[in-house]
Amino acid sequence: MTKKILVFLEQRESQVKKSSIETAKLAFDISSKMNYEVEAITIGNDIDKLEEVGNYGIKKIVHYKNPQLENYSNSAYKKILYDHIISTDAEIILLSGTSLGKDLAPYVSAKLDCGLVTDCIALEYQNGELIATRPIYAGKILTDVRITSPRKIFLIRPNVFKAEKITEEKAQVKIVELENVDLSTKVIEINKSNGKLDVAEADIVVAGGRGLHGPENFYLVEQLAEVLGGAVGASRAVVDAGWRPHSEQVGQTGKTVSPTLYIALGISGAIQHLAGMRSSKYIVAINKDKDAPIFQIADYGIVGDVLEIVPKMIEEIKKIKS
Amino acid sequence: MKIAVCINHVPDTAAKISITSDGKGVETSGAAYVVNPYDEFAIEEALRTKEKLGGETIAISLGGEANKETLRKALAMGIDEAILLKDENVRDSLSVAKALSDEIKLIGAEIVFFGKQSVDYDNSIVGQLVAELLNYNSITTVVKLNINGNNIVAEREIEGGKEIVETSIPVVITTQKGLNEPRYASLKGIMAAKKKTIIEKQPKSYQNYVEIIELKRPAQKQAGRILGTDASAVPELVRLLREEAKVI
Repeated sequence: MTKKILVFLEQRESQVKKSSIETAKLAFDISSKMNYEVEAITIGNDIDKLEEVGNYGIKKIVHYKNPQLENYSNSAYKKILYDHIISTDAEIILLSGTSLGKDLAPYVSAKLDCGLVTDCIALEYQNGELIATRPIYAGKILTDVRITSPRKIFLIRPNVFKAEKITEEKAQVKIVELENVDLSTKVIEINKSNGKLDVAEADIVVAGGRGLHGPENFYLVEQLAEVLGGAVGASRAVVDAGWRPHSEQVGQTGKTVSPTLYIALGISGAIQHLAGMRSSKYIVAINKDKDAPIFQIADYGIVGDVLEIVPKMIEEIKKIKS
Repeated sequence: MKIAVCINHVPDTAAKISITSDGKGVETSGAAYVVNPYDEFAIEEALRTKEKLGGETIAISLGGEANKETLRKALAMGIDEAILLKDENVRDSLSVAKALSDEIKLIGAEIVFFGKQSVDYDNSIVGQLVAELLNYNSITTVVKLNINGNNIVAEREIEGGKEIVETSIPVVITTQKGLNEPRYASLKGIMAAKKKTIIEKQPKSYQNYVEIIELKRPAQKQAGRILGTDASAVPELVRLLREEAKVI
């Protein structure tokens, strides 16, 4: 029997997450190299356009369905995922390393008694085995690791692998209606921070630091993020000073991000901050101090006052967007 | 009720980290070590939980002799008892979790706190692994916690918002920055901690399933171009982002 790779598709508000699509495409790529079958599992109530995941190489999706599964419940989800892995005998399991994936995968790995590697930024099939690369010390160092147990679970860092359509084919979706789900741990409410894009998921991040002089000037960061369609980030200094919430903090003890474009405004670039954003594809730094470490890793820099430069940036970008 | 808090001893986040000559470990001899920053929230929450519900707090750390420093800090903050699971061997997360679970089971702790991740290997999974091994409920990356009898309601951070989650004891909670403001150890606490004995135990060894092949430095980014020293450089910056980087 052909061996199997299983990919977990995460849905939020009935939409398959972009990071799950990235993971699905990666699972497909690996399965072709290893000559494995690839299948997907998803858990939720109604899920929109699930069959379109087929565009990324996934031919078969099993959808475990119950109205009470619309929101995440680790007690219910872990049992369903575990049972599915056992019944399909999947050998390699891939999940996206979101807040849900990071919560869910370890329960399943402990129950399966198998290895779990988190935060993979590369996953390659070399000499007959899968080698994962993951950052440690918030990206100051990278490690290549292997899993030695027969079953293997990998959590894939969001925003690292690009999902490109490879076909117009749709996936075949099999719906399994569940009557009873274990809700011993359940979500009773979700408070969204008014539709704001999360810094860890955004393709463009505009982050502010002490160089903004005070929380009252952070509207400049927000405006620039808005015209670019990006998310707002913050340095540890301004989070610790209470200017911004911790959910926006980038760096060690905050979030690690790898957007296509990272704009650092008035951030000097302490080692903890650089660790959390150095893997961004393009980095722009605006800072008054020409010797600020942030310029060491920036692709483009302007030495100057953010309060003077950012309004001009907003104006220029608005011009080209209109 | 027994309240356990599992803590780790890690290089300070400002430390420069280098790779050992065999390429398999990190050179830490020069680095200053601290209580893992997320574990400070766990210690504080364990103390607050005891203040509210009564009981006994126990800190557990797995590692070498040096971890006593971190356990001592927990005692100074007010933790009642400290246990060092003395082990210098390389362990993967599941092997660490198994050793911790053995000890927690022995103690009989019903509420267990962890920092949401250790800032060295950044796995953020040991708490969940322990929960599953003990068959406890679990809520991770908690920024608000309310324990009422057996009932637990917590807020956990998710992308772009917060989930309010309900569960019951026994439970593992992993703590995120924002949950509380960890207290400073008082002088009295520090003196008392010096007198306390840290219990040393030999944890069972378990097989590792995750093996490090090699450590490497991330590709160093080259410093780019400084485009100017005032707002007159902005049009050029925007042009480069549009035409060269093609990101806007």
